[in-house]
Amino acid sequence: MIKYSEDHEWIDLNGDTGTVGISPHAIEQLGDIVFIELPDVGINVDKGDAVAVFESVKAASDIYSPASGEIIEVNTALLDDLSAITPESAMDCWLFKVKVNDASDLDEMMDDDAYQAMIA
Amino acid sequence: MDNRKTTLFDFHVAAGARMVPFAGWDMPVQYPSGIKAEHIATRKTCGLFDVSHMAQISFEASEDGSAVETMLAKLTPTDLGLIGEGRVRYSMFLDDNGGVLDDLMIARLDGRLQLVANAGRADHDIAHLKAHLGENISMTVHDELSLIALQGPKAASVLQDLGIALDVDMADFNFMDIRHATLMGTKVTLTRSGYTGEDGFEISIPNEAIIDITTALAAHNDVHLAGLGARDTLRMEAGLPLWGHELSETINPVEAGLGFAVSKRRREAGDFPGAKHILADLNNGAGRRLVGLLPEGKRPVRDGTILKHGDAEDEIEIGFVSSGGFAPSLDAPAAIGFVSTEFAHSGTRLMADTRGKPTPIIVADLPLVPHRFYRG
Repeated sequence: MIKYSEDHEWIDLNGDTGTVGISPHAIEQLGDIVFIELPDVGINVDKGDAVAVFESVKAASDIYSPASGEIIEVNTALLDDLSAITPESAMDCWLFKVKVNDASDLDEMMDDDAYQAMIA
Repeated sequence: MDNRKTTLFDFHVAAGARMVPFAGWDMPVQYPSGIKAEHIATRKTCGLFDVSHMAQISFEASEDGSAVETMLAKLTPTDLGLIGEGRVRYSMFLDDNGGVLDDLMIARLDGRLQLVANAGRADHDIAHLKAHLGENISMTVHDELSLIALQGPKAASVLQDLGIALDVDMADFNFMDIRHATLMGTKVTLTRSGYTGEDGFEISIPNEAIIDITTALAAHNDVHLAGLGARDTLRMEAGLPLWGHELSETINPVEAGLGFAVSKRRREAGDFPGAKHILADLNNGAGRRLVGLLPEGKRPVRDGTILKHGDAEDEIEIGFVSSGGFAPSLDAPAAIGFVSTEFAHSGTRLMADTRGKPTPIIVADLPLVPHRFYRG
């Protein structure tokens, strides 16, 4: 099940692998994306750490890890074509995968209904 | 207190604009196409900007016809006599330290002087002018007029397609002219000027006609609605200053590369606010200069970023970014900023102190994108 943070990250947990991206709403708010920075594979992150950056024409946005664990994979293919990251493709444009140490990190995150209510 | 709205507010919202607060107004920062597309369309065909938040101010002198000139001369380094009938000139209000209180455009139309001031400094400028009017001058802030900017290589042909009636051929409407015209049955005035580096016009239109005219312009295939986001990326590429960034009370016009705004006769007379400081920099060179800055890689380098030069222990702080972000015409990050004169040569390699990770950044000449003003 996909869960959302207040900062518009989503995480899809399968076993202990959490695939993380940012929501269509976040991408729509950013506008034209001109730069992204992804974390290095192998680093250990804590829940709430700023691990990635999205920059639009007007501003920089930090992306926070929704869970603590090791970054096991990073979607470097995204770097080849930033224009492919759109609100429509947001849920397919995963940023990184984290080996979640403790699934209870996700307990307070929102389900889709709660997230849609938040951004309404 | 709620922000002010221009007459085009509902038009912008209906067009899908994202509205943001700016200088006490609710203005469109972008439309659905986004800042990059609006910027590129402006340089390719033309962009249409609502700039009605800027203050349009005119003056009348009850007796002495030259009183307005004398008054404006006290506040600026401009030789007002150089502004002939039907002409516009770039100018600025200076303070006694040579700092800039605002930059503005002064025009002479039908023998009377009028000016357009930045929205962000309108309250300041109006108070500043009021304090110097004296008894014989009256000042009008034209809230009954809207202002739109149509900027780009197709701007002139778009106006011709809409049947604009000028008293000259469009080809004889020169850069920095101001003219009367009739557009869709409405009397308007327009200058061939702008804030993008492109050919274009700034058109002053009565509020009761602005929606119809803007709607007609926006319906033209070559016209793209553009917001404040694109306005800023366009002017940054053109190396044009924004008050508060490239000009301020602590930045003088010489540092900003705007020494040309100090008219020759005023330099010789030394009779403008801050003359001592400005003449010193004009004669000896300023200690710092406004330059273009091109980061290596794709990371934008933003306003306020400190610039350094040298290796390791020899590294010294030698400047800062005054405006920085992304340049759509270059499809790359870009910035402009102030650098100590000895490092201000094109090609000099500096380091930008970006969010903990230094970014190499190269000094470049301004403008970053060549100007294409109409030269007849």
